[in-house]
Amino acid sequence: MRAGGKLILLLITLLMPSLAWAADKVALTSAVFVEKQTVDSDGRAHVALQTPKMVTPGDRLVFILRYQNQGIAPARQFTVTNPLPSAVSYEGTADDAALVSVDGGQNWGSLPTLRVKEDDGRWRSARPDEVTHIRWTLAQPLQAGATGKLSFRGTVR
Amino acid sequence: MLGEQNWSILNVRLTQVLPLVVATATIGFATPAFAVGTTAGTTISNTATATYDDAGGNPVSVPSNKVDIKVDELLDVKVATADPGDVVVQSGATNRVLSFTITNTGNGSEAFRLTPNSAVGGDQFDPTTTSIVLDSNGNGIYDAGTDTIYNPGSNDPVLAPDAAIKVFVLSTIPTANDQDKGIVQLSAAATTGTGTPGTVFAGAGQGGGDAVVGASTGKNTDKGTYLVQSTTVVFTKSAVILDPFGGAKSVPGAIITYTLVANISGSGTLNNLSLGDPVPSGTTYQAGTITLQGSPLTDATGDDAADFASNAVTVRLGNVAGGQTRTATFKVKIN
Repeated sequence: MRAGGKLILLLITLLMPSLAWAADKVALTSAVFVEKQTVDSDGRAHVALQTPKMVTPGDRLVFILRYQNQGIAPARQFTVTNPLPSAVSYEGTADDAALVSVDGGQNWGSLPTLRVKEDDGRWRSARPDEVTHIRWTLAQPLQAGATGKLSFRGTVR
Repeated sequence: MLGEQNWSILNVRLTQVLPLVVATATIGFATPAFAVGTTAGTTISNTATATYDDAGGNPVSVPSNKVDIKVDELLDVKVATADPGDVVVQSGATNRVLSFTITNTGNGSEAFRLTPNSAVGGDQFDPTTTSIVLDSNGNGIYDAGTDTIYNPGSNDPVLAPDAAIKVFVLSTIPTANDQDKGIVQLSAAATTGTGTPGTVFAGAGQGGGDAVVGASTGKNTDKGTYLVQSTTVVFTKSAVILDPFGGAKSVPGAIITYTLVANISGSGTLNNLSLGDPVPSGTTYQAGTITLQGSPLTDATGDDAADFASNAVTVRLGNVAGGQTRTATFKVKIN
């Protein structure tokens, strides 16, 4: 009986944060696609986005994040952050407003502005494959009912 | 440099003024081997987080769903000759060694089947491969009797991702002429399978996933070349006696001038060739009389190509190509 009681308490603890999110009504979904190149009978190459279960090193991935404010109040300072999985090398994003970090989320900027300190103490421009995080901050509050899509590319290391 | 550095600090400050504290999701992954790619079986997990201030001004954090993708095993291999150039051999020689490096350029642990082939074009003779030997002690050099003899199917070398092994191909050289070449190809093939890039072997990959043939087709080949060089050296020694009376009699006090000639012929080069001659008993070496190609050399050890030590004259000629002649002289006095 005591064990059962503990289990219920644990379940409540686990459920509480999700209840809190549900009340705020902003949904964020993550999807990952892999670019597969196929050649048709006429010899033309086609690139298709597929939902992968399996990938191999060198595969090009497209990460798509969709958000929706399902509540009734605007969400201010709306920010989406995606830490890159270690096995993924950042390739870029079409969105100029995105900021990236190359130090685990300590400092942020557009990639050309970021510097990395070498072991010998010299600074050099950060490389795309050193990106650890990417994030977007909306300039305006996310109004009730509003939706959006963010995306970036990466390669399986 | 200073300007750039200041600029980057400025940038950091700008971004730090943003009032948001962003929670980050935890990413689960196995240690990847980045040199050749993420290790097969690794799970790539992606989770994003949205943060915002709600109507009451309270910060809220919402995680996305988690997307898991497993990394398949890529079958790739690279074979490269480890010899700096053609391996010089003599006609009829046995157990001549060609060295190759086999590298697992895939991302999973994989065994490779090795196959030699000497029936290839572009050469004048076919070496007979007598054995393939794995560099089991890892020193990069063929050690007869120490390194393991390879038996296809029983001890195919298993290589971790990015790992490499040296392999030695031993051959017998048939009767061949100076400058003839004989080529041996060595191929390594992933035992899981080979084929057109993209071929899938379902469930055969490390970590439970599929194995996928990579750009190398899962098989790779390189060649090593034996080059026959027959180089011979003929030594001749002659003596001229000058007695104290201007004659040529072998009497006490007469000076004998010895001339040592090395005549090298053939297409090859003889390495570390040296002339050595002990001073005959009953004579005394005359200090400072060594010459090479007519130029004097000292008796001291280490300062030039010649020395006089332990009552013997040594002249080191170094590496001498065929078609050349080296002449050294020294003088002794009859006691």
